[in-house]
Amino acid sequence: MKRVSLSYSEALLTAQRQLLKQDKNVILLGLGVPGPTGIFGSTIGLVDEFGSKRVIDTPASENALTGIALGAATRGLRPILVHIRVDFAVLSMEPIVNQAAKWSYMYGGQIRAPLVIRMIIGRGWGQGPQHSQSLQAWFGHVPGLKVVMPTRPSDAYGMLITACQDNAPVIILEHRWLYSIKGPVCLEGERVPLEGAEIVRHGKDITIAATSYMVIEAIEAAEILSKIGIEAEVVDIRCLTPIDKNTIGKSVMKTGHLCVADTGHSEFGVCAEVISIISQNYWKYLKSSPTAISAPFVPTPTSPALADLYYPRAHQMAESIAKKLKVRKTLPPESKIDRPWRDQPNSKFIGPY
Amino acid sequence: MMNMSNESSLSHPKRQNKVMSKDKRTQILHDMVRIRMVEEEIARRYSEQEMRCPTHLCIGQEAVPVVVSSFLKKNDLVFSGHRSHGHYLAKGGNLNSMLAELYGKSTGCARGKGGSQHLIDLECNFMGSAPILSSTISVAVGAAWAEKYNDIGSVTVCYFGDGATEEGNFHEAMNFASIKSLPVIFVCENNLYSVHSAMDVRQPAGRKISEIASAHGMLGATCDGNNVEEIAAWVELAISRAREGQGPTLIECLTYRHLEHCGPNEDNDLGYRSKTEVEAWLASDPIEKLKETNTPDQRRSLELWVEQVEVEIEKAFVFAKTSSFPEASELFSHIYPVSGE
Repeated sequence: MKRVSLSYSEALLTAQRQLLKQDKNVILLGLGVPGPTGIFGSTIGLVDEFGSKRVIDTPASENALTGIALGAATRGLRPILVHIRVDFAVLSMEPIVNQAAKWSYMYGGQIRAPLVIRMIIGRGWGQGPQHSQSLQAWFGHVPGLKVVMPTRPSDAYGMLITACQDNAPVIILEHRWLYSIKGPVCLEGERVPLEGAEIVRHGKDITIAATSYMVIEAIEAAEILSKIGIEAEVVDIRCLTPIDKNTIGKSVMKTGHLCVADTGHSEFGVCAEVISIISQNYWKYLKSSPTAISAPFVPTPTSPALADLYYPRAHQMAESIAKKLKVRKTLPPESKIDRPWRDQPNSKFIGPY
Repeated sequence: MMNMSNESSLSHPKRQNKVMSKDKRTQILHDMVRIRMVEEEIARRYSEQEMRCPTHLCIGQEAVPVVVSSFLKKNDLVFSGHRSHGHYLAKGGNLNSMLAELYGKSTGCARGKGGSQHLIDLECNFMGSAPILSSTISVAVGAAWAEKYNDIGSVTVCYFGDGATEEGNFHEAMNFASIKSLPVIFVCENNLYSVHSAMDVRQPAGRKISEIASAHGMLGATCDGNNVEEIAAWVELAISRAREGQGPTLIECLTYRHLEHCGPNEDNDLGYRSKTEVEAWLASDPIEKLKETNTPDQRRSLELWVEQVEVEIEKAFVFAKTSSFPEASELFSHIYPVSGE
């Protein structure tokens, strides 16, 4: 099994290159897709390799582009449509929700629409209310869509390939702050499924089920908690359709406590959904009421002073978990940051965002 | 280089002023009559309350789909909207499946999952229809793009009404089709009303819908949608342009629905359409206009045709009524298409 160390964006790039190479029906389109910055490196150079007939820059017409991708998919193409922000995909909600999601069902199974839509959750440098939204809950609420949120490079690579080969419309939400994180990627081997959660850290004291970038925060919170003797089990939720109640539930059977951390709002979101599912199916194993860690129910503010208050952090997660478990030991102090605000993933990162 | 400005129906240099052949004219009349008879029978039986879905009949608008389809090949694609029975039947859509769909039966063309507003018949390349205004326009453009990508050589027709041209998606789709020079024929059946709303509250006065074409860099034309020869001239030109790689065309066809927006009845009592206007359009009925010039032979041939179609329609209704409803298990089938090789 050939394993290489790739960043998340390199993993996406590698997957798309492989798909374009192996299947002449795969096309890649979106605003700026063939451009010089290549969607934060995730599409860079593909137009030189595969040509502008297959790697396509598009007009700013998100609504029609989704319908167009759907139409092309009905005639044998396998389009991957890219939105550099989830917020821009909002312009295309009608064709996603009314059309792509429903063409298989409402035509009695006669139409297949193999469409992949990649969307990036923005964060940092004052992205603000219209460049930072995390709307996975919207898509998860629509029957007919498959919705995934890869956290690790291996999933970024594997899920994109599986999504493109799947005949259903698949929405992939990627987080901007995951793009430079490296991890092992297996370039050949078994198909990565578009379902199932995965335990990324074992522990016996509490289950933290998290999505996307919050998995990174959850792992860091677990390391902080470990210093005071609390061992957290971190579950990468990965897929929303359906949410893997068995994996999360089995973990809760062991730990008795649940905390859910999502990049979106808790209200009507993934936190609410996971808590509902576990409460309904694993009620007797819960020793405390489940808690949600999420962005407060306000639009994302732009000023770094407010944005710093907006995004939940590992240390805060650890504090609230220690309190929840009634562990009175003092946590180590939160590590100081080497930059004025937390609106950058690290001090070396200067964008583009 | 072709002038992309709006052309009146009589003056375009490439428009052929052909006289339609007798055989073609007869075929068109017969196909129009068949559609009219199907729609009228649906209207007659609708009060039985067994066709339990919103149904938008095309009585009065039969000329456009029949003429368009008379120039299409089987592998050409058609997309439509909510008022699609005429488009479906003219392309060769199966009548039994269409009626069974209206009756919500599992033998329906969408297995009872879609109803009148979501007809489909892939066997004749009636690719799909959906009621959200303008939604299928971008899907049609995408399908045409894929066909061109694979050098299939087909053309794609997308039918929509005047209301759909107010949607942003329409303009985005036109723009894209123009940039990529796609083999699309945008056919707008302008019947002057969007449900009960007249043109004056929806679109600029004195601006023809076909003028939008030149703003999007393509050819456009307005024609009398109840005059088969006029429609034919523009459709033939648009199709040959598309097949020769000269890109998309927008054809606006002025026509009129005889009945209400949705349902089997007339609604002239609501008063949103004046009595004089309705009467003028009824006098311009495309079927009556063709029948007027029928020779005795053609009259006889039409009578025989009508008898044949009556039998066909009766059988189709029996098929629909006696078919079974979908099983309970079908509630959960086809949420996702089956994947894997």
